[in-house]
Amino acid sequence: MFRSAVKLITPWRLIMAAFLATGAVLVFFRFTRGLGSITNLSDQTPWGMWVGFDILAGIGLAAGGFVMAAAVYVFNLKRYRPIVRMAILTALLGYIIFIVGLILEVGRPWNMWRVITNPNIHSPLYEVSLCVMAYTMVLFLEFSQVFFEKFGWNRLMAVFHRLSVMLVILGALISTLHQSTLGTLFTIAPSKMHPLWYSPLLPVHFFLSCIAAGLGMVCFESFLSERFLKHPPRMDLLSRIARFMAVMLVAYFIFRMGDLAVRGVIGLAFTAGFAALLFWLENLLFVILPIIMVFRRGLNIGRTSLFIVSFSVVLGFIMHRFNVAITSFQLVKDAGYFPSWMEFVVTACLISAGFIAAGLAVHLLPVHGGETEKSEN
Amino acid sequence: MAIKSSGLLIDITRCIGCGACSDACKEINDLPPEIDDKLTAETWTVVREKDNDLHVRDLCRHCVEPACVASCLVAALTKTEHGPVVYDESVCIGCRYCMVACPFQVPCFEWHSPNPRIRKCILCEPRVAKGKSTGCAEACPTEATVFGDRETLVEMARARIKADPERYHDHIYGLDEVGGTAVMFLSPVPFEDLDFNTDLVNYPLSDITWNILRQVPTIVAGGAVFLGASYWLFNRREKVKKAEQVVGPGPKKEADDV
Repeated sequence: MFRSAVKLITPWRLIMAAFLATGAVLVFFRFTRGLGSITNLSDQTPWGMWVGFDILAGIGLAAGGFVMAAAVYVFNLKRYRPIVRMAILTALLGYIIFIVGLILEVGRPWNMWRVITNPNIHSPLYEVSLCVMAYTMVLFLEFSQVFFEKFGWNRLMAVFHRLSVMLVILGALISTLHQSTLGTLFTIAPSKMHPLWYSPLLPVHFFLSCIAAGLGMVCFESFLSERFLKHPPRMDLLSRIARFMAVMLVAYFIFRMGDLAVRGVIGLAFTAGFAALLFWLENLLFVILPIIMVFRRGLNIGRTSLFIVSFSVVLGFIMHRFNVAITSFQLVKDAGYFPSWMEFVVTACLISAGFIAAGLAVHLLPVHGGETEKSEN
Repeated sequence: MAIKSSGLLIDITRCIGCGACSDACKEINDLPPEIDDKLTAETWTVVREKDNDLHVRDLCRHCVEPACVASCLVAALTKTEHGPVVYDESVCIGCRYCMVACPFQVPCFEWHSPNPRIRKCILCEPRVAKGKSTGCAEACPTEATVFGDRETLVEMARARIKADPERYHDHIYGLDEVGGTAVMFLSPVPFEDLDFNTDLVNYPLSDITWNILRQVPTIVAGGAVFLGASYWLFNRREKVKKAEQVVGPGPKKEADDV
């Protein structure tokens, strides 16, 4: 306890504090002088980094929550129980951060309640909004078991146990819908996107890739958790997760390339140029490198290798979402968009807030439940 | 005259680029008088001059089945019975999905307002609802922009091409593009030479998203059955194992591996 009090100020905390302070100023400008005052968005590029990163990538990376919950509660893979709470916590924080990000991103957030009173069921974005609201509640209920355990509310815990499977199935269904529908959003703009990223099957691309990316994030955050919270990663579990992730990546890649071939645009991937370069860089990071590293070592994969694999998957996944939301549009009609430094800072703020919240939750709540407390400092 | 579904026919061969349409638009819609060089929140129609001495108007096309209307999650954008696609700022959340969806890059956003709106041509909806013409058509000195019933305008366009095939490129832009638009164009040259989006499908873009969204009930039902059955199957194995432990180990020990 005493040592942690002395080490209250660390370099990482200083950096996060600096981000949060700058971010607060930027948010003030955003709400008084409009989105144009801090972003490089324009009528030609209405969606930029915040949509690509905070929303598309953020929600996709939080998919580990529903995948791990389904693995443990539906498919009865009990061995993953020690990390399911952490996965659900990450997802819950991810969605809360996403909602905060959305309030900054949309122009008139005070009208957001209109989604309830003025629904347009023909809009994919309506389905996403509804699902995100519902799923955030489901995640909160799924995570509530941690509070019940912490405060010894055994009655509520018993109720939770009885309802948990229903809740997890509901969560998995809602996730399937909105993870894929985030891809559906872009299917309405065929003429505005580069064919290497546009596809009428984008919802399937988004769904397959989010499962792999969510699992990659589960591995990645286990290493972060070790670095920052001194909680050793469960390599026995992570290596199995990585193996399943690699299988999903293979499925995704076959589907992606098959889709390009069927639509007759696969040649573009082999035509020298910026688009093909981006395409292969994205797939190298997201698919090819991770698959090779995981299948070469199997379950004996080392810590460093698994760290590289998970980092690569997360990075490649973010790149895919950026390419869909931003680059593929710019490749067709260059509007010269590049995020302003202020857009980066606001995104860094959201990530910092997520780190702080995750750190607090792990310190205060039995997130790593069901394990022996061997490494408390 | 009762108008069923109104529209505009813009004949690029007749346009002299005087900009009277932009001025009239500014006045009628109470917009600041400066005319920007492209569509903005404060300029709803603009005349571009092409190097081949042609003048091309840009404005909202008021699609028959608009992508922006389908994409708007709170139905802030609607198509009225008279043809105009109009906007209701009281429900808009400012998500800008309409701007992503629009194949003509028409809706603009008030980037520097703390209470930003989507802004675009509304085909003079208050006037059209009363049976009047749009401001731009009324102001046009050469009848390059003509207001009327969409079906009548299509006939007029066909007649013009037929009467003078030398003068016109044989295509009515907006007749079939994205399922048809209320604002249509005639041109002396192919439309790609005028930087029109010629990479458009001939059906409403909202068909694409709706054909996917239609599958939602099936996906939910199928997913529920799959997950429910999986739960039953995998937990039954558990129960069998427990029962075996009570009775004594069975002949074959259930492996924990999957």
